[in-house]
Amino acid sequence: MTRGTGRFRKMLVSVGCASLAGAAVFAVMALPEPAVRLAGPVEANMDRSGVTHPVTAVLLNFRGYDTLLEIAVLLLALLGVAAAGGSEKIGLRRLPSAPHAFLQSLTRLMAPLMVLAAGYLLWAGSHRPGGAFQAAAVLAAGIVLLFLAGLLPERLQSDRLLRVGMVAGFLVFLAVAAFPLAGGALLQYPVPLAGALILLIESGLTISLALILSGLFLRLPDEFEEEEE
Amino acid sequence: MTPGLLFALTGIALFSSGVAGLILQTHLLRKIIAFNVMGSGAFLVLVGLAQRSGEPDPVSQAMVLTGIVVSIAATALALALARRLLNLTGEMRFPAEGQDD
Amino acid sequence: MIALAFDLLLAASLLWAAFRALTTLDLFRAVVMFIVFGLLMALAWARLDAPDLALAEAAIGAGLAGALLFDSVGHLRARGRSRP
Repeated sequence: MTRGTGRFRKMLVSVGCASLAGAAVFAVMALPEPAVRLAGPVEANMDRSGVTHPVTAVLLNFRGYDTLLEIAVLLLALLGVAAAGGSEKIGLRRLPSAPHAFLQSLTRLMAPLMVLAAGYLLWAGSHRPGGAFQAAAVLAAGIVLLFLAGLLPERLQSDRLLRVGMVAGFLVFLAVAAFPLAGGALLQYPVPLAGALILLIESGLTISLALILSGLFLRLPDEFEEEEE
Repeated sequence: MTPGLLFALTGIALFSSGVAGLILQTHLLRKIIAFNVMGSGAFLVLVGLAQRSGEPDPVSQAMVLTGIVVSIAATALALALARRLLNLTGEMRFPAEGQDD
Repeated sequence: MIALAFDLLLAASLLWAAFRALTTLDLFRAVVMFIVFGLLMALAWARLDAPDLALAEAAIGAGLAGALLFDSVGHLRARGRSRP
């Protein structure tokens, strides 16, 4: 496949994308009113879902299967990131330079607050915006901040904790999902237990996701294996 | 013009800019940025169209939440692979046509 | 009326930040514009009545993605390859 001359190719691609955009805008403006409004049925079934926030109910109950698969995808992505270095172990990257004193003081102040915020977001997800993903994001940011300031506790640096923690969330979710399998379908939480089960799943998810998300940054390989010739 | 419709149109513009950037840029880091812009555009279209009549739609918001998290995982994996390519060839670009590594 | 004006301004800023992120010659600046783009996206989600998405986009889309990209730019510079 030969590339055209630079300018012609740029113009061709730009015109192509612009016409794609134009066609899409035309299609969107011609859309009729939505035929199906999912907010209604979600609202109608909320009292059977175990939580009172609609997005959390959809994410962990009505469409829980998607979230289960999402955790598996994240796990695979982290394994891919660590494997790109070619080594057999998931290693922590090196801290490039001595951390600045101001960064250290700021981190000592912020890190406990971030953990607290993550815990609150996790709990609040059942009745307000929040939930496992937001809590995990804040917790992951706290872990990365601690690492960059050189203050990451030894326990959080070990590989074993990472491996156990990463998989634990997925396993907890899978266990809770498979547990009703005897009575009905996969992921069909018994209604009186639904709220507690969702909180259990979300706690596991938060820890796992925080380790995975921070791991995506912290385990990015710095050194690479030399290729065998 | 509801916010939903307006942001859906913005999402279309973002998506097509992202596609153009993905094709035209040669540096892998820029391709990754373009890919993320495309993703954000697609998410805006998804939520904007669902909410074009004004009321919030929890199902599409949940889908996009999943999408945001998966796209950061894809970005991290792409960056790891780009670093590996940098290590192997010395440049963060695809090898020129006709070269065998 | 005011809401529509704000939305139009936000949409225009989104498009401008994305355009700058895609076309700036300096990689470092491109990543900075990408983080700005992520934060503006968080505002857009807030306007669309999606507070969960705003939280997630600000933390993950702007924060974590920005950190990853900055780290890669630094890695490139350390190897002396920061030409676009």
